[in-house]
Amino acid sequence: MLEIRNLVVKIADEDKQILNGLNLTVNDGEVAAIMGPNGSGKSTLSYVIAGKEDYEVLDGEILLNGENVLEMEADARAAAGIFLAFQYPLEIPGVATMTFLKAAMNAQRKARGEDELLTPDFIKRVNAAADALSIDKAMLRRPLNVGFSGGEKKRMEILQMALLSPSMCILDETDSGLDIDALRIVAEGVNALRDKSRGFLVITHYQRLLDHIVPDTVHVMSKGKIVKTGGKELALELEKSGYASYGEAA
Amino acid sequence: MSVITPLKTAAEQALSAQFAAAKAELPGALTVRKLREDAFAGFEAKGLPHRRLETWRYTDLRSLLREAAPLAGAAAVTTGVHGRLAALKLDGARLVLIDGVFVPELSTLEGLPEGLEVHSLADALVSGREDIARVLSGPGVASDDSGLMLNTALMRDGVFIEIAAGIELAQPVAIVSLASGDAERAIFHRSVVLAGEGVKATIVEISEGAGRAASQINGAIVFETGDESDVQHVRLVTRHVPETVQVQSLLATVGAQAKFESFALVCNAGTLRQQYFVRYAGEHTEIGLRGVNLLGGTEHSDVTLVMDHEVPNGTSREMFKSIIGGEGTGVFQGKVIVRQHAQKTDGSMKSNALLLNDGATMFNKPELEIFADDVVCGHGATVAQIDGEQLFYLMARGLPRAQAEALVLQAFAGEAVEFVQDEALRDLVMAEVEAWLGAREASSVVSAV
Repeated sequence: MLEIRNLVVKIADEDKQILNGLNLTVNDGEVAAIMGPNGSGKSTLSYVIAGKEDYEVLDGEILLNGENVLEMEADARAAAGIFLAFQYPLEIPGVATMTFLKAAMNAQRKARGEDELLTPDFIKRVNAAADALSIDKAMLRRPLNVGFSGGEKKRMEILQMALLSPSMCILDETDSGLDIDALRIVAEGVNALRDKSRGFLVITHYQRLLDHIVPDTVHVMSKGKIVKTGGKELALELEKSGYASYGEAA
Repeated sequence: MSVITPLKTAAEQALSAQFAAAKAELPGALTVRKLREDAFAGFEAKGLPHRRLETWRYTDLRSLLREAAPLAGAAAVTTGVHGRLAALKLDGARLVLIDGVFVPELSTLEGLPEGLEVHSLADALVSGREDIARVLSGPGVASDDSGLMLNTALMRDGVFIEIAAGIELAQPVAIVSLASGDAERAIFHRSVVLAGEGVKATIVEISEGAGRAASQINGAIVFETGDESDVQHVRLVTRHVPETVQVQSLLATVGAQAKFESFALVCNAGTLRQQYFVRYAGEHTEIGLRGVNLLGGTEHSDVTLVMDHEVPNGTSREMFKSIIGGEGTGVFQGKVIVRQHAQKTDGSMKSNALLLNDGATMFNKPELEIFADDVVCGHGATVAQIDGEQLFYLMARGLPRAQAEALVLQAFAGEAVEFVQDEALRDLVMAEVEAWLGAREASSVVSAV
């Protein structure tokens, strides 16, 4: 379970405050969507949860299963179960995708005091996950995300999510840059991971993604706060009325 | 304008005395003796290279060499030397220099492939062969370098390799040069590789320290490669004590429709100047110089190169990657000369450095001197830090900071290492890179605790 209490965040080297006392709870097994206009702080929220250093937390706490994660570095948060699917996955030239996947899986296992994966077991898991997401094996041999299309990068994010098996998945604008087919594949990948022990925080501009990943709750974010919470019908309502009534133009 | 002749330093005076005392016993027939005398006269006129010379601006050898160590006269085959030789994982022929002196007993001279001939440089210098002066001199652009002049004057030994036309060597030939380090010594060695037409070969050059005393090393390797040859040179400079001061010169004259590539890995090398003087002797030739410099402590690594496109249709590629921590200093000075008739020259020069902390320094100085009007030449020089976005991405997947950094750095170095064609050698180089990064990762974990 993820609980965020009165979170106040600014950009580290600037005076600009982005999150202004945000409260949010995502229960195990819940798919929560956050919708909001550009600049409302959605991506910042995802980065702060994952542990990016460019921000300064002025107040509040982020609890994962009751434990405050704010003092942890990004790698420790990942090992604790937080996974951020990036809006713009980074290209890392020279690092083979398979090398990276194995390093990530084993680093998390090590942090949790588990044995490293043996290579045959690792390969079996990767192949199974890649098949489920229609990822070409040739892609796995290439340097991480280098030369991948937008859709391929997003599928690779979901592949990592499947392999790392986190308890709290944050998807930051996963629908951006995807065509209809890619969107369907990615959404199916996410849906396959839905589980009563796993929470999801799905950040998006558009209702479209939520047709495929149907949320339990929808939160509206504006000016660094959650301003309205409802069921999935709230997303449909927003699609019609826009964000204007929440004090910001779309 | 008045010409300033600085007073001789203690080291310069000592070198003059050493040359006067040693010249009678240094090997060489009459032509070679004259070459030595002329070179030393040239050196005396210029003195040790210093920072007011543009080509030595960032590596002031005059102030670095406070004292000239005694000349190494013989190979000190210590237990350290035996240990290093036993630990080296190299396929193929192994030619061993200890303190700059060729040691046949430690070399693998039996069963050399047909067409490969190996002599000691000392033997070649006294053999009276007619081409010796030309071979030793190398490209014209090297002629006024006083570091090289000192090598010509004082070179004691090395290996002289001849590969007959048409020969393709299946395995690399390695020149393993160890400084015994049982006492402070000045080591002057030179090796020559003459590769005939159509030769395909890989020459490995290893420079390592095997003891605790710091050496002053001045090494040179001369390549003359024939038309349609394909020669790759792979150099590893490592395991030297930090106080080591070393100059390594590479001189290459490359024939037509040929390929010549050199790659150098530098780590734990103390103070090192690598200088390359390369001349295109024929058209449609492709030359690549690449390297990786891994620096920490107060290490200093200078790569200075001159590519002389004398003829049309030449291609040159340079790529040097530097990773600098501690108070390390990296230097890259690359000069590509395209002479008036060298039309259709295609040149690309890159030097990329990553600085790991505030105390690290990189000097980048790429230069193009183009006198022809139909050429494609470019250069790129960057100095940056590890990309924080890449680091966050890897850490968000669970990689601890040190491991994430090591992965990014390994990939950065790997881009140049990829050009080592021989797979076993490439693995050897990459293993050295990984060991260096691993040691850094371990020390950063300790300091974090």
